[in-house]
Amino acid sequence: MDPTKTEGTEYFHQVVDCQWGCPAHTDVPEYIRLIAQGRFTDAYMLNRESNVFPGILGRTCDRPCEPACRRTRVEDKPVAICRLKRVAADNRGDISDRLPTAPKQKNGKRIALVGAGCASLTVANDLMPLGYECVIYDALDEVGGLMRTNIPSFRLPASVMDEEVGYILDMGVDLRLSSPIESMAELLKEGYNAIFVGSGAPKGKDIDMPGRDESDRIHIGIQWLESVAFGHTEKIGKKVLIIGVGNTAMDCCRTSLRLGARDVKVMARKTRDFFKASDWELEDAEEEQVEIVVKHSPKEFVIEDGKLVGMTFEKMEYDLDEKGRIADTRVTGEEAFFPCDDVILALGQDTAFPWVERGIGINFDKWSVPVLDEVTFESTLPGVFFGGDAAFGPKNIIWAVEHGHQAAISIDKYCNERPLDERLPRGVNLQSAKMGIHEWSYSNDYDPAGRRIMPHVDLKERFKKLNIEVELGFSVEQVVTEVERCLNCDLQTVFFADLCIECDACIDICPVDCLTITPNADEDTLKKSLKAPILEPSQLLYVSAALKQTSRVMVKDENLCVHCGLCAERCPTAAWDMQKSSLVIPYAIDEAREDAAKCQAERKAG
Amino acid sequence: MTSITKPQIIHEGMARNALGLTIRDYEGRMSTLCAGCGHDSVTSAIVQSFFELSVPPHSVAKLSGIGCSSKTPAYFLSAAHGFNAVHGRMPSIATGANAANRELSLIGISGDGDSLSIGLGQFAHAVRRNLNMLYIIENNGVYGLTKGQFSASADVGTKAKKGEVNEQQPIDPVQMAMALGGTFVARSFSGDKEQLIPLIKAGIRHNGFALIDVLSPCVTFNDHEDSTKSYAYTRQFFHPAMHADFVPPAEEIKTAYDEGEVMTIELHDGSRILLRKISKDYSLNNRGAAIDYIRSHHRKGEIVTGLLYIDESEPDMHAINQTTKTPLNDLPFDKLCPGGEALETLQQRFR
Repeated sequence: MDPTKTEGTEYFHQVVDCQWGCPAHTDVPEYIRLIAQGRFTDAYMLNRESNVFPGILGRTCDRPCEPACRRTRVEDKPVAICRLKRVAADNRGDISDRLPTAPKQKNGKRIALVGAGCASLTVANDLMPLGYECVIYDALDEVGGLMRTNIPSFRLPASVMDEEVGYILDMGVDLRLSSPIESMAELLKEGYNAIFVGSGAPKGKDIDMPGRDESDRIHIGIQWLESVAFGHTEKIGKKVLIIGVGNTAMDCCRTSLRLGARDVKVMARKTRDFFKASDWELEDAEEEQVEIVVKHSPKEFVIEDGKLVGMTFEKMEYDLDEKGRIADTRVTGEEAFFPCDDVILALGQDTAFPWVERGIGINFDKWSVPVLDEVTFESTLPGVFFGGDAAFGPKNIIWAVEHGHQAAISIDKYCNERPLDERLPRGVNLQSAKMGIHEWSYSNDYDPAGRRIMPHVDLKERFKKLNIEVELGFSVEQVVTEVERCLNCDLQTVFFADLCIECDACIDICPVDCLTITPNADEDTLKKSLKAPILEPSQLLYVSAALKQTSRVMVKDENLCVHCGLCAERCPTAAWDMQKSSLVIPYAIDEAREDAAKCQAERKAG
Repeated sequence: MTSITKPQIIHEGMARNALGLTIRDYEGRMSTLCAGCGHDSVTSAIVQSFFELSVPPHSVAKLSGIGCSSKTPAYFLSAAHGFNAVHGRMPSIATGANAANRELSLIGISGDGDSLSIGLGQFAHAVRRNLNMLYIIENNGVYGLTKGQFSASADVGTKAKKGEVNEQQPIDPVQMAMALGGTFVARSFSGDKEQLIPLIKAGIRHNGFALIDVLSPCVTFNDHEDSTKSYAYTRQFFHPAMHADFVPPAEEIKTAYDEGEVMTIELHDGSRILLRKISKDYSLNNRGAAIDYIRSHHRKGEIVTGLLYIDESEPDMHAINQTTKTPLNDLPFDKLCPGGEALETLQQRFR
């Protein structure tokens, strides 16, 4: 095989699986190390740079980083990355002097942002420091969008949200609540330099089934949660059925228990492996005695004397193929009746743009989803951008934040008449972590401790009020252990083939047998000659240049490495070094500086 | 020396042997030798060999004398018995251990100083009595532990790190063992595990004294350009004569060989060594010719390696002395020590 190219960003970035898995590329290992050092404020600020809402996300993130975490290659559970983020947020000191500020002198450009959720707020966060005037419109009378209306307060206290949203608004954002935008055509006439649509996916899916229109006790999940959030709904019947098994369903069942329900069942068509809800949200619901009934497909609402009394379901059966996918679905013919007082439909949600007139230049596809550029987030009408759930359908907060960052770059380029697709590339910086003989700038010892379990408020206590936050946060002892579980994947093993004397010291010491020196060959042969078998073919394989003495090559299976640094400690010639990689991610402010420099150069030239 | 201990991680892809053990169960404590020391590679080859042979670690005794090499038994088979003898006296301790319990698998680790200077006499007699053990000399041509003076195996003309030239003739343990009637004589290199591991396995299973002289570069004092025992020099002048493959009992011979190319030697426990000639004019069966071959190549600066002599037919120490088949430590006390009367009767025979 040819020597692996480790220049550029792709190789070393991919080794840091959590950061690679995070849509906003949060520097997870670095902030965990900062927490380990007790530098909570620094850890918070590092988080904020990429994900803007560390306190909110530390409680509610979908955590794409955790399934990606390398720790699962050596044991069952990943590092509790998300809840460590909350540790940084909970323990941070005063950050007021470290927050971005807006200049007094504005640049004269005005941006309208539709929807006061995480996407729009991120755009404002990135554009306010550049001198833009940002006007955020929202139909509701509170800021926060989905974070406010759909995430129950026992998971995300209002105070946490107010604080983090406040950091952005305090830069001088013009926030116009209770101001629904009813016409895009009208908005376009108002003379904004650019418009960003971050209006989310506010339409809960309904179901068409006998009895649907005959009762007012059948609710649509996200609307019902919103009504609870604003105090319009304060109670629910004793028996509640939730239809659907995504994360909204989990919020609905747990909220029901706090409004007086005693018997809550979540009805699922399929089996557990196919649930959309995250494992941890399922676990939290089940801890509260919510029953999840599988293989039941809703058939009809049963109404007696104009009153909802229950629902009938068809029992389902599934055949799985050898890869665990559903090969065949059958209705068994058997039916089951479940009595209930209320039904909540948590079947998913859609974007809704009745207020965007067709024919004004903004094109929609056949599913009424706006046609967008996937990199710039610009719609077919120049100057109008979409982000968050409004862009490509419902995802999650962390995706919305990343959309916001990218849209902010586009908006700044658009307003300065620079090409939107000429964007700065990501970069990787490498710096040796060697501090002395057998001394590294990171904790390289492997800690075999298992994942810490998040302590919860007592089961009796937590139902007394709707807004008692269930998760208590990690204790000091738990934090101290959990941070050491991180394998420091950003401490890269960097190899210098010309220094190697092939003494085998690294190969003999490697605790996971991820290194091999072998004659070079084609990929298949090489993969078969490794010291430990390849378990994850998708993971990277590093192949060095030919070694000096025997022309063999050093091969490393990145999948197995625990970044303990023993190869570098045992190497007599420093052919291995542990180097910290830091990803350089350009934001709107970096792009603006680059553009300004270019502009100056162009002016000089001519 | 390293700052942390090797993490105990059992990952999914880790193999288990016939006893259900992983290679981690055959390791020892963290090495305190210099980073890049050849001895650590030899340790790793020993670990691999015992693991692959599925030897229960507690059935092994590891013995050594003094020196860098003699520290290494601490770095493998933590669950084995061990004895760290005074300088050069390991063969006596090994003889005692073998006499008391013939069922123990003995592995002695020594160095060029321990075996060829202070312990030369002990070494010679262990060969001569065909003591049933594997004896590994980790040979680097210098006294590493005392800052790199020439040892008795340093070649004429080789330079020390600070420039002085060695002018005394080297002692070659391989030629010496052959001359003394050694029954299993091999040479290898710490940097070539493909050659070394089968030799170690065969040596463990050989019934009698198995010597493996392993060139194991001293990365700190003898890995420079004018050294004849550096990694680079050894790789360049490495001259394999006979390659040995080890096949355990009852296992099929999987590697395909051309007819007439391979000679099979059956060991006492039913395992086999498949010997493949790499150098055409090497004669394995003739001690005199073998010694000549090694000497003539040594004059050219070449290092002849591989399994250089083997004779499974010679009796080992227990056979020569017609001892009981039961290990002495298993004998009931009244048999082991039959008392004053029996002694009297015995003494009468000599009057």
